Amino acid sequence: MQVRKNRKFLGLVVLSAVLGLLAGACGSDGEVATGGDDGFRIAIVAPSASNDLAFSQSIVDGVGALTGVSAVDVTDGTFIVDDAAAAIRAYAGEGYDLVIAHGSQYGGSLQEIAPDFPDVAFAWGTSADTFGLPNVSAYTAASDQGGYVMGAMAASMTSTGIIGVIGPIAVGDAKLYVDGFVNGATESVTGITVNVNYIESFSDVALAAEAAQGHVANGADILTGTAQMVVGATGVAAEHGAKWFGTQSNQTALGPDIVVASQVYKWEVVLQGLVNGIKQGDLGGESHTITLENGGLAIEFNEGVDAGHARKIGEKAVKDISAGFTETGA
Amino acid sequence: MNEFFTVASLVFVVGSGIRLATPFLLAGLGETIGQRSGVLNLGVDGVMLLGAFGAYWTILETRSPIAGILVGIAVGLVMGLIYGVITVSLRAEQGISGIGIFLFGLGISDLLFQKKVGTPMPIRGFGDLHLPLLADIPKVGEMFFQHSVLVYIAFLLVPVVAFFLNHTTFGLNVRAVGENPAAADSLGVSVLRVRYTTILLANGLAGLAGAVLAAELGIFQQNLTNGQGFIAIALVYFGAWRPIGVMGGALLFGMVSATVLQWKTLGLVSGAASSLTAMAPAVLTILALVAISRTVGQPAALTRPFDRGQ
Repeated sequence: MQVRKNRKFLGLVVLSAVLGLLAGACGSDGEVATGGDDGFRIAIVAPSASNDLAFSQSIVDGVGALTGVSAVDVTDGTFIVDDAAAAIRAYAGEGYDLVIAHGSQYGGSLQEIAPDFPDVAFAWGTSADTFGLPNVSAYTAASDQGGYVMGAMAASMTSTGIIGVIGPIAVGDAKLYVDGFVNGATESVTGITVNVNYIESFSDVALAAEAAQGHVANGADILTGTAQMVVGATGVAAEHGAKWFGTQSNQTALGPDIVVASQVYKWEVVLQGLVNGIKQGDLGGESHTITLENGGLAIEFNEGVDAGHARKIGEKAVKDISAGFTETGA
Repeated sequence: MNEFFTVASLVFVVGSGIRLATPFLLAGLGETIGQRSGVLNLGVDGVMLLGAFGAYWTILETRSPIAGILVGIAVGLVMGLIYGVITVSLRAEQGISGIGIFLFGLGISDLLFQKKVGTPMPIRGFGDLHLPLLADIPKVGEMFFQHSVLVYIAFLLVPVVAFFLNHTTFGLNVRAVGENPAAADSLGVSVLRVRYTTILLANGLAGLAGAVLAAELGIFQQNLTNGQGFIAIALVYFGAWRPIGVMGGALLFGMVSATVLQWKTLGLVSGAASSLTAMAPAVLTILALVAISRTVGQPAALTRPFDRGQ
């Protein structure tokens, strides 16, 4: 009987070791050095990997471009909202000057946490809702603008007249991008068919890839998609020789031969103002939007793919939208 | 709905369903072997993730899909050894241990990915293998005979596993250990050896399932499997612990997923209906699972550690 007890104990030890290892490994925390030296610290909580070439990378890149920041700490991979909430609360408790909750799904948690830390500034995106709290700033992207530009370019490049779009869930900047893309394509060239497939998941890479297969099977020769699960879809596009339009981050690395252009989020355009304001005692309470006009959205072309006439169409669309001549319709 | 019922559309749905079913099938076959010997492994998804990363990283470094697949299997075997020590030798509770293995795989695969790779870089897998003559059969060839070699291997494993479980001495021992390990032990069957072997086979197949996923998608990402390992476990129950049944469950899940995808692509569902249809594969599987579980009993010694002294 004693032996059994010891074995059970040994089993628990092994299990504890396994759980200990995973506790250290789950999610990845990383500190990003910056050039500032005035003690201003920013924490980011993001749902996917900080180098996902999509949503989470956009905020990490944006914060990395800020000036006057001494340290940045990132907790990524918090696709479980409760984990994110714990990280947000921990950062606030540790006295970070700005805690960024980068995910619309974190709104409910932030609404509960922010009032407990009235001296800490929080930023939440993508959303326009600050919950009426003076220490919460909201940020979002007018991604329909870049979507419209991409759609106009895609419509001029397709040979089959069919374009495929892969979306996650029809919310936030993902929906804006898809709506803008559809409008850009259909308003630029008559008779274009844009098939949209929301797979109802931000993380199902396999399903996104299969959705891309479906688009190709239905005749699409141009594809686009938004959110971090599109990394599988770009492989399908490459396999079938379809062109790809990216968004959120520059996605050329996913397909150097197929990515025509990417709409890139430059969150630093709004975050720099937040940082400056916080240093002067303004903790927030307002909503901010990055647009083509204010430089928060940028269209980055892949020089490795000849977009031909489409590039000029895209550049003209950027000018027209920035000048207010074109309604993206989203 | 007429757009859906075209030959081209149906050909896509069948081909897509087969592709989607493959990782579930491989992991489910492995778990079937394990559970028939009385060992439940809730950590399948974690093993798949580790196998996927191992394969992805190997292919990225060596550009050899074969090496990647072998590493994926090897990673699964290592995890199987660990799980065997925990659950067979140390007789830890299988449910909790499996969850630990899952979380371990989830965390370590992401950590390794961040440290070894960082930004997702595409890899090239095997590509489609068009089976001579068969692939040229109009429509049928497109549906069934223009897939990756890994898909064919997965489906060929169904009769192999069925034969192993039902027509070999070792398979008989596996079933005996899963039903009544004490009786099997009294007849001279080494319960420990049988269970270690089945755990290794199960985890090796889980590692292979993850490797197939990474190789076919040509990418790795945090939590790449997105819970596929848990669905594979459910499919074992769905399939009543029989390889053919597991294959049926995997194909049902894959086909329903592919059908929903095609409906959405053709614009046949939108808005709230889109969210509802996305749940269809899981809902149908659960309903079938409930119906089947009422008629078929699980291996009697499933989840029970074997203690020769008791």
